[in-house]
Amino acid sequence: MLTRTSLSVLSAALFCIPVFSDAGEWSGYVSGEFRAFANSPADPRQHDNNFSLSIQPEYYTDWDNGRQSFTVVPFVRWDENDNERSHADIRELTWLKAADTWELRAGIRKVFWGVTESQHLVDIINQTDLVEATDGEEKLGQPMINLALIRDWGTLDLFVLPGFRERTFPGEKGRLRFSPRIDTEQTIYESDDKEQHIDYAARWAHYLGDWDIGLSYFSGTSRDPRFGFGQDNKGQPVLIPIYDLIEQWGLDLQATLGDWLWKFEAINRSGQVDRSGQDKSYTALTAGFEYTFIGIADSNADLGVISEVLYDERGDDALTPFADDILLASRLTLNDEQSTEFLLGMIFDSDDAARLLTLESSRRFGDNWRITLEGQAFINIPNVNTELLVGVRRDSYLQLEIARYF
Amino acid sequence: MHNFSLNIKHIGLFALLGLPLLAMAETPEEKGLAIAIEADKRDTGWQDQTASLEMVLRNRHGQESKRNIRTKTLEVDGDGDKALSIFDSPRDIKGTAFLSYTHALVPDEQWLYLPALKRVKRISSNNKSGPFMGSEFSYEDLSSQEVEKYSYKYIRTEEIDGREAFVIERKPAYKYSGYTRLTTWMDTEMYQPLKIEFYDRKKALLKTLTYSGYQQYEGQFWRPASMSVVNHLTKKSTDLHWKDYRFKTGLTDRDFDRNSLKRAR
Repeated sequence: MLTRTSLSVLSAALFCIPVFSDAGEWSGYVSGEFRAFANSPADPRQHDNNFSLSIQPEYYTDWDNGRQSFTVVPFVRWDENDNERSHADIRELTWLKAADTWELRAGIRKVFWGVTESQHLVDIINQTDLVEATDGEEKLGQPMINLALIRDWGTLDLFVLPGFRERTFPGEKGRLRFSPRIDTEQTIYESDDKEQHIDYAARWAHYLGDWDIGLSYFSGTSRDPRFGFGQDNKGQPVLIPIYDLIEQWGLDLQATLGDWLWKFEAINRSGQVDRSGQDKSYTALTAGFEYTFIGIADSNADLGVISEVLYDERGDDALTPFADDILLASRLTLNDEQSTEFLLGMIFDSDDAARLLTLESSRRFGDNWRITLEGQAFINIPNVNTELLVGVRRDSYLQLEIARYF
Repeated sequence: MHNFSLNIKHIGLFALLGLPLLAMAETPEEKGLAIAIEADKRDTGWQDQTASLEMVLRNRHGQESKRNIRTKTLEVDGDGDKALSIFDSPRDIKGTAFLSYTHALVPDEQWLYLPALKRVKRISSNNKSGPFMGSEFSYEDLSSQEVEKYSYKYIRTEEIDGREAFVIERKPAYKYSGYTRLTTWMDTEMYQPLKIEFYDRKKALLKTLTYSGYQQYEGQFWRPASMSVVNHLTKKSTDLHWKDYRFKTGLTDRDFDRNSLKRAR
C-alpha cells in the first residue's frame, strides 16, 4: 500500500523538516496491538490471533504569530500476518494560513463532518482506511486545497480534491474481510481519469443558539465502492472494487438541549450504482439522541444512553449493511484522573436476527501510556453470499492495544 | 444583569449626594453585593488574557499526575467570558481543545475538539459541577465569576494568614450548581479571594480552595500564582500553578470561534 505518490510525498516531507526543526515540536505515539478471535477462520488461509505495531509521529511548527503553520503526520503499521494491513500513509502534510475572514489550507489532510455516532453518512472528504479498523473511523490522508470563508453567517468551506485514495482492504490472510477477498489490483473507475479525477466539495456550517448545523455538497468519485465478481491471476474468485462518479448533498444537525443531544444526518446521493445494478438517486439518514445521566450514584461518573436509527432507502440493495437498523448504546465516563471510558453498543437489524455488538474502552496509565480494549461480536450473520457481512461471521474479536505517547 | 445595573445606579446616586457609602444603614446582603460589584469593577478592562498552567492531581495516597494546559480568555461586556483551553499533556490528549462561551445564569455553550478524529463536538453544558480533567476543580470553579451568579451576604471582617479579609457567604443562582453555599474570604485590598469553602448539595463541607502568590499585572489586575483545592470527602487534592500571564494581547472573537478550535496549539 506504500504507493509511489505517498513515498515521494514522505521523502519530500522528511526533507522539509530540518528547515523548521529549530522552532517546531514533535509528538505522537507508538502502539502495540493484539487481536484474539473467538473462532477459527472461515477461510483456512486466514490467520488466528494477530500482533501488530504502529507508529504515528507528528511534527508541527508555526510562524507569522501563529497565523501560519506546517504539520506533517506520517503513519506506519506493521502487521504479523496481513501484508495489506502492513501499510504506510501520510495522514497530514499541511500548510495553513489563517486570516481574519478566511483560512487557507493546502496539502494532505483529514476532515470530519457530522454529528452521529453509529455511522458517518455526511462525512465524505477522506477515504476509509478499512484495514485499520472495521468501524470505518480511521481515514487516509486526502490531498486538497481548502479555503474557509469565515463570516457572520457562518463558515463556508470550499474544497478542491485532486487525487483519489482507494479504500484499503484486508488481504488474503487477513481477518475481518469480505469473502471472497477484494482484489485492489483490478479496481475499476467510472471516470476516465481514474484516481486522477479532481473532486470538489463545499460545506456551510453555523450555530444558532442550541443548534449546530452543516449543509454540504460533494461532486466526484464516490468513497464507497461497489463490487463486481472476478478472478485473480491464480484463478481464485475475487471481488473487484468499482468507484462511481457521484453527487451528494448532506445535512447534519445537532440540538444541544440540557442533558439531551438530538442528532440528525441525511444525504441524498446520485450516480452510485446499487447492488441490483441500478443507478438511482437515494436518500439515507441517521437520527437519534444521546442523553447523559450526570454524576450517577453520587459519583463523578456520567452515564450516557445513545439510540440512533439507521435508514437507507435502497434497503437490501444498499452497499452498507445498515439499511434499516437501530443502535442502542451506553457510554460510561468515570471522569477520573485516568480518563476511564467505556462504550458498549449493539446494532440491531430490523429484518433479521443479525446483531453487531461493539465494545470500546480505554484508560490512561501514568502520564504517557494508554491502554485500550476493543471488541466486536458478529451475531447471527446469515451464511449466504448475498449477506455483506458474511466474510466476518466467524471474526468476532477482542483487541488489546497499549500505546506510548511522546 | 438587572441587579448589577440597578446597583451601579444606586452607587452613582449615593456618590452624587455626597453620602459616604459605608455610613448608610446597609444590610449584610447589600454589603456583600457591594463588595462583589467592587471586585468585578476592579477586575474589568483586561480585554484578553493568556496564561499557562500546570495542574497537579494528588490522590489520597499522595500519588501525583500532571496536566499542562494553556488558556486564552476574552473579556465579554455584560456576559460571561469566552475561554479556550488547549491541553499539552497528558500526551494522549495533546491537542484537545475546549471552547466555552460562559454565561451567568443560562448554560454555557461548549465545544470540544478531538484531534485524533478531527472532530468538533458540541457538548452538553448544563452540568458545571462535574470534575475538570479528573481534578478536584469543577468547570464551575474555573469559569468566569460574574456578579449575577450568586446572591451575597456579608458576615464579618477578619484576618487570615496576615491579610484582612471580608468573609462573604454566597449562594449560587444557577440551578445546576453543585453547591448550596460558598464561604469566601475576600482580601480587603486586592478584592480577590484568599480562600473559599464549598458546601455540597447535602450542605456538608466538600472542598477548601486557597489562593496564594498574588501579583499585580498592568498596574491593576491581581492574579494568583497558585490555587490549591482539597476535597474533604475523598482526601484528594489538586494544585494549579499559573505561569506567563499576559493581558491585552490583541485577541478577538475570531480567536474564540469554532474554526479556531481546529488550529488551536
